[in-house]
Amino acid sequence: MPVTALAPGYADKIEHRDALKNFHGNMLVYVHWEEHLSFCSAIAFPLPPAMPFGALVDQVIKPAYAAHPDAEKIDWSTVVWMIDGKETKPDLAASLEANGMKHKSLVRFWTPGLGGFKGSAS
Amino acid sequence: MAPKKLGLKQRYAHMTRGLDWETTYQPMDAVFPYDTFEGIKIKDWSAWEDPFRLTMDAYWKFQAEKERKLYAVLDAFAQNNGQTGVSDGRYVNVVKLFLTGISPEEYQAHRGFAFTGRHLRGAGPRVACQMQSLDELRHIQTQIHTISHYNKYFDGISEFPHMHDRVWYLSVPKSFFDDARTAGPFEFMIAIGFAFEYVLTNLLFVPFMSGAAYNGDMSTVTFGFSAQSDESRHMTLGIEVIKFLLEQHPDNLPIVQKWVDKWFWRGHRVLGLVAMMMDYMLPKKVMSWKEAWEIYFTEAGGSLFQDLARYGLKAPKYADVATADAEHISHQNWAVFYQYTHAAAFHTWMPDKEHLDWLSEKYPNTFDKYYRPRWEMWAEMEKQGKRFYNPSLPQLCQVCQIPMAYTEPGDPTKIAFRCSEVGGETYHFCSDGCKDIFDGEPEKYVQSWLPVHQIFQGACGGATIPDVLNYYRMNVGADNMDYVGSPDEKLWNEWHAGKAREAV
Repeated sequence: MPVTALAPGYADKIEHRDALKNFHGNMLVYVHWEEHLSFCSAIAFPLPPAMPFGALVDQVIKPAYAAHPDAEKIDWSTVVWMIDGKETKPDLAASLEANGMKHKSLVRFWTPGLGGFKGSAS
Repeated sequence: MAPKKLGLKQRYAHMTRGLDWETTYQPMDAVFPYDTFEGIKIKDWSAWEDPFRLTMDAYWKFQAEKERKLYAVLDAFAQNNGQTGVSDGRYVNVVKLFLTGISPEEYQAHRGFAFTGRHLRGAGPRVACQMQSLDELRHIQTQIHTISHYNKYFDGISEFPHMHDRVWYLSVPKSFFDDARTAGPFEFMIAIGFAFEYVLTNLLFVPFMSGAAYNGDMSTVTFGFSAQSDESRHMTLGIEVIKFLLEQHPDNLPIVQKWVDKWFWRGHRVLGLVAMMMDYMLPKKVMSWKEAWEIYFTEAGGSLFQDLARYGLKAPKYADVATADAEHISHQNWAVFYQYTHAAAFHTWMPDKEHLDWLSEKYPNTFDKYYRPRWEMWAEMEKQGKRFYNPSLPQLCQVCQIPMAYTEPGDPTKIAFRCSEVGGETYHFCSDGCKDIFDGEPEKYVQSWLPVHQIFQGACGGATIPDVLNYYRMNVGADNMDYVGSPDEKLWNEWHAGKAREAV
């Protein structure tokens, strides 16, 4: 549905406020650890598209979730990854871009065997 | 024989209808450029039955009388150090939430109704909007005057207008009103006059005012009473506007229905702040959010929409989802603030055992299974000296701007993720309700000022959390963090130690 606007041609004049070019060479990446809702929502990061996926795991994801008692029990080799709704096996050495990620991609991951505090998904 | 006095209705007609004329130097469409572009068709403006029949002279008289009573109570509250007599120091955080999150929206409502009052070409609704605009201005004034007394003693209040335009969670009510005010005048009337003031107002005002009464805050109760007679007028205007639009032309129905769906959902999301206040922040609780929702939405709203069915209007889309959310929303919201307490201008705390038992009793289907373990885990971590904080910034919903903390309908263990693609860009939403709103007018919401994205763009004072808090003018260590250990708590304990000494 088009916008209901007073000015003719309004829709052609707008700018996407969060366009990639506004993030100084970074792209937005959202990450979510499933079944661990102590982290109330997915979390957001501005990251270089050339960053290797392995660096995303080691330098971004691990410290972000370290406060959870389950964090140190994660076996990263068994983690199930989903990027933008598709289950995938990311290449840790390849860049985020080469792994099919783009600006505002959502990375969800499951840690089999770990279901949060007493299995409550917390 | 003395001249016969005019009846109220005649008097009103004489005082208002004559104010209007057909313009001649300029066409009416140029004088009132805003009241046609939304597609609403009005055949007869004079069919507007003014529900108030209040003239300006009577208006000033009523309001002045109410102000005299209010300010007498405020003076007495201040002279008796009423702030020391509330139920607990934690209670003041409810007042902080009100002043930072609600009062600025009274001002936005004032601006919105002033605009609408200028731009509708019928004299009846113009006068009604003008009065509501003045009411809203009076409300923010009386709220500031009432709460300024608390500002002498407690943190987190003093920078409320500055914070309103910047702080991440205040963008939730702000964007709600920004959205309404940047719509046309009819949508504004449905958004604020009908959806907010009529359908949802009892879930905002009643909880805050009865919460204040239960917790010994007579000053807030009094501004609530002072506003209440205005609110009932606003509700009448809200219902009048929807009937008027639906009676004027059948083409108006789908437009109005779309607005009712949209603004019900947006209002429901904003009211999540009230849900959290009722279930977690009131030291003495009035009722649970779920109970309030059942009384004020399911029952009262149900009969309202039955009444409106004769115009073909249906209950808001996703009303059933919102009702199911009433089980979860308060717990999910307080968990957001608990983990981001370092970036909030009011204090948070861990609910104690008695409080958790109350929640278990009020939410027997869900609390013990999904939420109690979360609080118990965090309580254990607190005990070990590892109080849980979320060190990252949350993903926000593009429409309601709330962290994407809400779960799938029917599965409280899974975050609901929705998205749309527009012009090669991806947009994320917390719910089908928010996604529908976006998809209905993507050109509007791609321009949203999302606090987290603005921080990453470098628009909020810097890249670190201290930089951003400085930009918010948050007094770190006083305004933010847990109540336990705060200057507020220290002061409260000193007052009560003093009272105990006097009593000996």
